[in-house]
Amino acid sequence: MIEARGLSKRFHDKKRGEIRAVDNVSFTCQPGRIYGLLGANGAGKTTTLRMLATILEPTDGTAIVCGHDVVEQPEKVRANVGFLSTATSLYPRLTAQELVEYFGRLNGLDEATLKKRVDAIFSRLDMNGFRDRLCDKLSTGMKQKTSIARTLVHDPPVMIFDEPTNGLDIMSARTITAFIRECRDNGKTVIFSTHIMSEVEKLCDTIGIIHDGKLLTEGTLAQLRDQHHEQVLEEIFVKVVAPHFVHAEAH
Amino acid sequence: MSLRNIAIVYKKELTEALRDRRTLISTIVVPLLAFPVMTIGFGGAMFSLMNKAEKEIPKVIVLGGGDSPRVVADLKKLEGLQFVDTPANWKDRIVNKEVGVAVQIPDGFEANLAQQKSDTVKIYKYENEIKSEFAANNVEKAFKKYSESIVKDRLAAKNLPTSVLSPFAIKQENVAPPEKVSGAAIGGFLGYIVILLCFQGAMTPAIDLSAGEKERGTMETILSSPISRMHLVLGKFFLVLTAAITTAALAVTSMAVSFFVTQKFHAFSSAGASNSGSFQLHVTAGAIFSIFLMALPLAVMFSAGLLTIALFAKSHKEAQSYITPLVFVVIIPAVAAMLPGVELTPKLALVPILNVSLLLKDLIAGTYHWNSIAIIFLSTCAYAAVALFLAIKMFQRESVLFRS
Repeated sequence: MIEARGLSKRFHDKKRGEIRAVDNVSFTCQPGRIYGLLGANGAGKTTTLRMLATILEPTDGTAIVCGHDVVEQPEKVRANVGFLSTATSLYPRLTAQELVEYFGRLNGLDEATLKKRVDAIFSRLDMNGFRDRLCDKLSTGMKQKTSIARTLVHDPPVMIFDEPTNGLDIMSARTITAFIRECRDNGKTVIFSTHIMSEVEKLCDTIGIIHDGKLLTEGTLAQLRDQHHEQVLEEIFVKVVAPHFVHAEAH
Repeated sequence: MSLRNIAIVYKKELTEALRDRRTLISTIVVPLLAFPVMTIGFGGAMFSLMNKAEKEIPKVIVLGGGDSPRVVADLKKLEGLQFVDTPANWKDRIVNKEVGVAVQIPDGFEANLAQQKSDTVKIYKYENEIKSEFAANNVEKAFKKYSESIVKDRLAAKNLPTSVLSPFAIKQENVAPPEKVSGAAIGGFLGYIVILLCFQGAMTPAIDLSAGEKERGTMETILSSPISRMHLVLGKFFLVLTAAITTAALAVTSMAVSFFVTQKFHAFSSAGASNSGSFQLHVTAGAIFSIFLMALPLAVMFSAGLLTIALFAKSHKEAQSYITPLVFVVIIPAVAAMLPGVELTPKLALVPILNVSLLLKDLIAGTYHWNSIAIIFLSTCAYAAVALFLAIKMFQRESVLFRS
């Protein structure tokens, strides 16, 4: 389970002064469900997810991931999380197997467990054909599978996906979305960010709309339709965001 | 502190480094080849050029000497010189390297010699042009010989022995042990090489493991794993340190082998000739061990410092532009220690790089000033600790890791 409590992140920029990238965001993601964080570029999605994955430290507020505080016990949080984004590349000079094993070891797996886990994942994801190939020489699809294997090797109960399909072709994107569903079906807590409406409609059990660092609304798709009297998610998004957008522009 | 995690990171970084062409070239190929190329290649080329210049018969122009036929005739009998006619533009011909030298025989030279009047024979040459210098030396040698024979004749005429001119002989003799002679000659240079290559060996992996990781997009991947940032930076640091020490060790080995081979070759090619001036490389195993012991904290300082600086950069290229000027920061104190007369003083013992460089010079010569050794070792350890602390702190700064 993930519970964000007033998560905030401020940056200091020499030209623009203080920037509130994430401003007092609170939400809860339940096991066996997918929480979709929907927002335009620069809305604060990546910063929020990086704070949940303890890659960034919150300026204010905190989050509890699998019972561990992201500020107090970041290493324990990371041991329970699988983090995947288009920015999480692979080490080009390691083979697919070496890479997955490396992350398994960093997650504290002993050699016997690691071997069993790696064999199982490689068979399930049909990766045995390229397990000894350098990551640099893998196709985009193979890279995706290796990244998935990396996030799964320690069997984390929480999965965080930051715009995982960004820039991918349809087939690679489908591999990822199928994997996200599978995580949910296996009872994992899943949070994922995107700006692609169709992905949210297809995948998410709960949707949070984030804009300018603030979580403006959240609920199931049905609840959002009811609240905003719109059927299409894109229209709901525009209705929610537009007043704030105009407000920000006026400023 | 989890040594297991540090070891995991180190092992992974080592695997990647051994597969990286850039790292292999800078850590292994460059130090192994630099000295053979410099000593055997460059030295060999110099040797063959000198040989060629020596063998080539230089052309000589005789200016004047019409009233000194005997001198000119004796001169022309000299072997290894080819006499050519006197053209009007002889200076240009020397400058154009067509003629080696021109010899100006003063008017009435023979008559003056007979009357025991002093005169000057001028040799016109192209300074520092190898063939012209050889010709000038040969001609000068011939005239010196001629001058000596005249002196001998004059002394004989007055019934005086030649020892009148040299009442006693002077001889210089070395009393320093061989390792001190080697130390004085190459101590500074060896220290310079060890220091410079420690730095150079650390450079490529330090950039690859920090800015390179950012550029390839693997930084976020590794930061999302449970390893603490301190363990991560220590694993990386040990790999950079390994590269620094390997580079320096290979360079010293390659230098010793090149020196040994060149010396053997020299001994072989000059067999039977006079042995005066030959130089034996004499560095004890103890000295080599002390060099590496003293260079270790310096290598730690370089590795941690370079990691810190390179981490600030967003790309390989940017990191290189920060680090390249730093090479001079290392070269200048290392070269300063090679200057004659620069000796270790209590103040200099605290100046990083320069202190180790000066100390290495002493160590190679077999001189152990324990007070200086302790001060320099401890101060360099302190600088190294600060650099490592900064590297760890840098890896915890979000503004550096995610600089955009």
